[in-house]
Amino acid sequence: MKARVVVTLKSAVLDPQGKAIEGALKSLGVAGVASVRQGKVFDIELEGADPAAAKSALEDACEKLLANTIVENYTISLA
Amino acid sequence: MTSPFRAAVVLFPGSNRERDAARALKLATGHDPAIVWHDDRALPEGTDLVVLPGGFSYGDYLRCGAIAARAHIMDAVREHAARGGLVLGICNGFQILCEAGLLPGALLRNAGQRFICRRQSLRVETNATRFAAHYAVGDVIDVAIAHGEGNYFAESQTLDELEGAGRVAFRYCDAQGEVGGAANPNGSLRDIAGVYSENFNVLGLMPHPENFVDALVGGTDGRAMFASLAAA
Repeated sequence: MKARVVVTLKSAVLDPQGKAIEGALKSLGVAGVASVRQGKVFDIELEGADPAAAKSALEDACEKLLANTIVENYTISLA
Repeated sequence: MTSPFRAAVVLFPGSNRERDAARALKLATGHDPAIVWHDDRALPEGTDLVVLPGGFSYGDYLRCGAIAARAHIMDAVREHAARGGLVLGICNGFQILCEAGLLPGALLRNAGQRFICRRQSLRVETNATRFAAHYAVGDVIDVAIAHGEGNYFAESQTLDELEGAGRVAFRYCDAQGEVGGAANPNGSLRDIAGVYSENFNVLGLMPHPENFVDALVGGTDGRAMFASLAAA
């Protein structure tokens, strides 16, 4: 089973990298960019086929390591 | 104290200031600290102080300090801290302590995006601790900073608690001791450069006092921290 975990900074947390990318896109003339926030994507392959078990393992992974929940949020999606 | 002060410096893959920390400790205590490998399971018997040195543990992969905070030796460091043992995390060591949950908050990318390596003034906010007894409150000390992710962040409620309990150890300031504005190099909330744990036995700070213990390199303002510890 394949899963994707997306980790992003919480909205209250300053994202200087996103700001710099936003500035670069604007200076490249890319039209209509209002704002950019940068995050991380983890593509994870799981053994087994039980979606509930997979979800619970991934939540464990996010809480223990993949996200720092003081400053980051995470979302899990199963393919 | 009946036995000599025993310090241990933890070496992670990618640590690079462990020798600076060891040198500062030797200067203060008269003997070399133990060097402990990240994959060890225990600290040397009788360890009084654990130092997590600066550097780029695990190449700063995932988040600064995130992987190191989950290394085997950190279980022993957690137990040591829970017993009231002293722990000092400098720079990457501070990031590791936050990631390990031994200190509140997180260190984010510097607000100005750049890695900053230069001299920096700090104001001593409290000296009623075993780390800072040889400083006076309000002292302005001149040390070094060298980091890309030193922007201290915590929820405002956490910041209020830290300030209320006198747990802010040092604030970034200018040479006159004034905080705020351009004196804050990295965007840290409330100009915080270092914080203590609830029981004041764990200190994390971004600046490098261990690099300023010898007049040969331009300053000795870091000495008092190691002297305070050695006398603790």
